[in-house]
Amino acid sequence: MSVVNTKLKDLLGWVDERFPLTSNWKAHLSEYYAPKNFNFWYFFGSLALLVLVIQIVTGIFLVMHFKPDASLNAAGVPVAFASVEYIMRDVPWGWLIRYMHSTGASAFFIVVYMHMFRGMLYGSYRKPRELIWIFGMLIFLCLMAEAFFGYLLPWGQMSYWGAQVIVNLFSAIPFVGPDLSLWIRGDYVVGDATLNRFFAFHVIAVPLVLVGLVVAHILALHEVGSNNPDGIEIKKKKDAKGIPLDGIPFHPYYTVKDIMGVVVFLMAFSLIVFFAPEVGGYFLEYNNFFPANPLQTPPHIAPVWYFTPFYSILRAVTYPLFGIDAKFWGVVAMGASAMIFVLLPWLDRSPAKSIRYRGPIYKTFLVAFVISFFVLGYLGVLPQTPVRTLISQICSVIYFAFFLLMPIYSSIDKCKPEPDRVTSSGHGVNK
Amino acid sequence: MSNDGKVDCSRRRLLVATATIGGLGGVAAAVPFVASMMPSERAKAAGAPVEVDISKLAPGQMMTVEWRGKPVWIINRTPEQLASLKTTDTKVSDPKSDKKQQPDYCKNETRSIKPSILVAVGICTHLGCSPSEKFKTGAESGVEPDWVGGFICPCHGSTFDLAGRVYKSKPAPDNLEVPPHMYLGDARIVIGEDKGVKA
Repeated sequence: MSVVNTKLKDLLGWVDERFPLTSNWKAHLSEYYAPKNFNFWYFFGSLALLVLVIQIVTGIFLVMHFKPDASLNAAGVPVAFASVEYIMRDVPWGWLIRYMHSTGASAFFIVVYMHMFRGMLYGSYRKPRELIWIFGMLIFLCLMAEAFFGYLLPWGQMSYWGAQVIVNLFSAIPFVGPDLSLWIRGDYVVGDATLNRFFAFHVIAVPLVLVGLVVAHILALHEVGSNNPDGIEIKKKKDAKGIPLDGIPFHPYYTVKDIMGVVVFLMAFSLIVFFAPEVGGYFLEYNNFFPANPLQTPPHIAPVWYFTPFYSILRAVTYPLFGIDAKFWGVVAMGASAMIFVLLPWLDRSPAKSIRYRGPIYKTFLVAFVISFFVLGYLGVLPQTPVRTLISQICSVIYFAFFLLMPIYSSIDKCKPEPDRVTSSGHGVNK
Repeated sequence: MSNDGKVDCSRRRLLVATATIGGLGGVAAAVPFVASMMPSERAKAAGAPVEVDISKLAPGQMMTVEWRGKPVWIINRTPEQLASLKTTDTKVSDPKSDKKQQPDYCKNETRSIKPSILVAVGICTHLGCSPSEKFKTGAESGVEPDWVGGFICPCHGSTFDLAGRVYKSKPAPDNLEVPPHMYLGDARIVIGEDKGVKA
């Protein structure tokens, strides 16, 4: 036994002289000290990583059978649409892989929205974690691009008309808009050229950028250290060896904790994949079971649920401004609503980071923001009526007020004093 | 290299020049890639004019044909429907069709060559959905009680009258496009071509 151990040690030594294996293991896992008081909200970072892996693995296997081709086959069905049906019906276990991928798309957004909300609850975007937050927002942007490009591929009615609407958003930009949307489509209408380039973006370009950004996100996190539910810096109180008093090694403490999260997540994920992969038309829209028809828009089109809050904001803008039509400002408002989170580190002037020590004004604004986000999301799947438009306009104002008024209300709010040490004795590690 | 803090300006200039030329080369190398995403020669060549027989299109009926991958509507409007255009004059944002959304020969009250026959691209000028027909008038239409017939876009609720003119305060900025077209005799229309001039 000891002979084997010695041999393995020698091998590790041989590798370490040539590659920083042990030092990286220590820096990012066994000697990366995370605050000991992580709670439920801290599962979603590692879950996002898990979903990314699920999407990449299932995606690779889907590409083996999928054909990005808008031409009609002998039966008069677009080849791309037919190849998805082929995966669902004829490829062994193809249905499972495809449902994992389609459920994974929605799961990705659920997990990432929870992850972002965690950051907002505990002020994780605040100094010195601004870059982590910015990388995170870029990941979110990539994720939206990935979802949008991927949604065209099955070449159903919602794929087609969704892409038509989103690509036309760019035509609202003054002067260059029409040429820009032509360049994105590669044809005068959404067609085969569009399908092929979206496929290239979906399977190569965006995933590469996404993985790079995830690495940057984690490297930046491990440089400054994790925030925690108390929003205080554990690095301020260290022991004689320079280890934060309230820190515990990520491995084994949080690897084990995260495995628990993975188990629960996979239970919910499997329930959806096996028993309700369409989730009542929210994860897979019924109109997308019809092949794309460029001559007929379905009577009601709505984006998939994860885009609906932003889509509602797009529809809420009905007034022209500065001589430019409402269409352009709708697009601007939609883009701004998705990306305004980037500014949070500079908008927030509160002395306390965590919701636990913030005052009533911030809490009120946050609740109003969350409610308006959900209302906008709900209205985004419904057809427009004058009343709904009015409600979505009110919610849009609240949505933006949360951000734009933050420098004022966060600085006048009455915060409670932050503690010196984290308030939980979690994991039984008491020092 | 000397460490006395003096900058060798000629070397510095050479460095800047090299980096600039290199950068320009990099940008130039991107041009073919960006240009490759524009419509191909084949895509540009497609879109030949379409010939349509409208002899079977009864008053009040509408047909859809495909031209350049887009739906083109041909609507045979009844006298009542034509009369409705007078009532919508005050409700639409561009009643006189001043914006160039039609060939000059269709810049008139009915936005058509023959008053009854409207030819229009059935693509909403907002974000490119295809509006649905709502020819039923009044409360029955499900649009509004004084609806006189027209089109409603399922995506963002823009409404158009029976000449394809957009109603005020709707997301769509412009009237529906009237494509270049001409008549070959009484009942044949060519879409995409007028007076022998290809659009």
